[in-house]
Amino acid sequence: MSNNKYLVEVENLQKWFPTRRTMGEVFKGQQRYVKAVDGVSFKIERGEIFGLVGESGCGKTTTGKLIMKLLDPTGGKLIFDADDVTHLDKVGLDTYRQNVQMVFQDPYASMNPRFRLRDVLEEPLIIHKKGGTKAERMEMVKKALNEVRLQPPEEFMVRFPHMLSGGQRQRGATARSLILNPKMIVADEPVSMIDLSTRAEILHMMKTVQRELNLTYLYITHDLSTARYFTDKIAVMYLGKIVEMGVPNDVIDNSFHPYTKALITAVCEPIAGKVNRIKEVPIKGEVPSAENIPQGCRFHPRCPYAIKECWEKEEPVLEEVEKGHFVACRRYKEI
Amino acid sequence: MEKTKMTDERNILEVENLKLYYKVSDGLVKAVDDVTFFLRKGETLGLVGESGCGKTTTGTALMHMPSPPGYIAGGKIILDGEDIVPLKETEIRKRIRWEKISMVFQGAMNCLTPVYTIGKLMTETLQEHRAFSQGEKASEFSKSRKTPRKMNKEEARKIMVKYLNYVGLSEDILRRYPHELSGGMKQRVVIAMALFLEPKVIVCDEPTTALDVVVQAQIINLLKELKEKLDLAFIFITHDLATEAEVSDRVQIMYAGRIMEIGTNQQIYGEQGPMHPYTRRLLEATPRLHEEVEELAFIPGTPPDLLRPPEGCKFHDRCDVTMEKCKTEEPDLIEVEDDHYVACWRCRK
Repeated sequence: MSNNKYLVEVENLQKWFPTRRTMGEVFKGQQRYVKAVDGVSFKIERGEIFGLVGESGCGKTTTGKLIMKLLDPTGGKLIFDADDVTHLDKVGLDTYRQNVQMVFQDPYASMNPRFRLRDVLEEPLIIHKKGGTKAERMEMVKKALNEVRLQPPEEFMVRFPHMLSGGQRQRGATARSLILNPKMIVADEPVSMIDLSTRAEILHMMKTVQRELNLTYLYITHDLSTARYFTDKIAVMYLGKIVEMGVPNDVIDNSFHPYTKALITAVCEPIAGKVNRIKEVPIKGEVPSAENIPQGCRFHPRCPYAIKECWEKEEPVLEEVEKGHFVACRRYKEI
Repeated sequence: MEKTKMTDERNILEVENLKLYYKVSDGLVKAVDDVTFFLRKGETLGLVGESGCGKTTTGTALMHMPSPPGYIAGGKIILDGEDIVPLKETEIRKRIRWEKISMVFQGAMNCLTPVYTIGKLMTETLQEHRAFSQGEKASEFSKSRKTPRKMNKEEARKIMVKYLNYVGLSEDILRRYPHELSGGMKQRVVIAMALFLEPKVIVCDEPTTALDVVVQAQIINLLKELKEKLDLAFIFITHDLATEAEVSDRVQIMYAGRIMEIGTNQQIYGEQGPMHPYTRRLLEATPRLHEEVEELAFIPGTPPDLLRPPEGCKFHDRCDVTMEKCKTEEPDLIEVEDDHYVACWRCRK
């Protein structure tokens, strides 16, 4: 156990998926890749909630899976708790998975319908050989259920997933991720399938648990509004790279990157008097395929401010423009 | 609900005491229970609510196609001056569905047959309808002929290109397969298909939910433009109050099969705020991007089981201002001010 400030350090992490080759490419010995994650670097402090925000296909889930070690990176480095965990053997992976747990998007699909909630929660304990006897394990299950406020735990333990509402399932899923006492939880869109009236409740519960147990979260979402409320730091991803990073107030109220700005204008807000107006969306088109990343700045084909330099010169790197506020744009000062 | 007389010639659609029930082995699920509302010509009415509140069911009822085991148990759907509830299925297919009212289904963009080109998919709809449609609503193509016939390719193509242009797509889309298109383009294709037969009302069920924010904004703009250009009336179903604020002239909030509140955009989202406690708290739970909040509000509890709905007001057990009366008697939807309808005992003067 080190006293390093950062729990997770990601350096230039890459994940390239090879595409199926055409006959011509086989003969020429070529291989093309879908660059889902193409050089991502960030650090997550202990006890911090780090939000990864972006549109679908930007590589945010792949980044989460890389950190979960569900995928092996193509390149780069992943440091967890001062240990290099980029490549792990089976034993190392076992320990790592006890420290990093995941909450999935769909609480309806992430639980075995034939398991009672107590079996769902006991499963990780059995796999990791924690808790000697059944009675001990049940005590741990109860504790975890108490932590996520599924009370009284005795009542919820015997229920099947179909007897729980969406919100209760997501609480159950959180309890399952907590049961091994992890240091970090990767939550991939944990509330996007939950009703609005209970969504805030789940986020609230996750935040309370996080404070009580001093956990670190990686919160992956496409929803900027919940990210603002929930996170301590936001990174905005576009086509496999981070384009802007900083504390929520900086990124949302004082954004520099044209992509972040466009995302923020596009978000709907419950305010009167907008119904008869056509909203200006400053960027056109949709995210290009990650198989064919544009030259230069990868955002230039959609950027309203792109100049010749943006596609002729090399890609802008993420630089610190204010304290703790990083932007990857050549022209951020002018726009 | 006679008190809420809504009949008016400005309305294209009037729904009176509509009931749609699902018969299941455990009993009767009253998914839409005695619902009365109207839709004016050229306006967008938003239907908001949590999942299971009956908003999609209302949409399918308007199309006269309740999904089994659901059935329309009563009420009237007056579309363009005609009650469509008692009509036979053949009649509905001939004259009503897709001709007068069409629907953009939830997730329809993911249901385009992958082995057909967009052109083939679109021709199918067109041929099916124009092949047996005749009389008043017949298009310029079949009007001149006595017997209905299938459209020829060139005619179909003309119409398809016209509507593809309306939704901002070019002609060469026709030769492409669904997998070659992005989500936003597929959604545009689905919208074009709903426009084909020049209906008067279009029901859009969560058309923007699966899309990214930027594309979502583009689709919302598209719907607004189409409304202007083609003089359509929309029913926009979504669970997101924030999206509704951008598209709907009037918003209708549903909970457990009942309408809780109907108000204009200004009445719901304006300074004064909504009147019904459910709407008010749902709005509080909606995160706002440009406002810093320490604690997001939420509504404790879960929506009721519609097999065993609570006595009295359906919302009383989650409400923070419950009175004794709420537990026993269900409030009607009454007009409290111009165009503002609320079903709550607390809001009665």
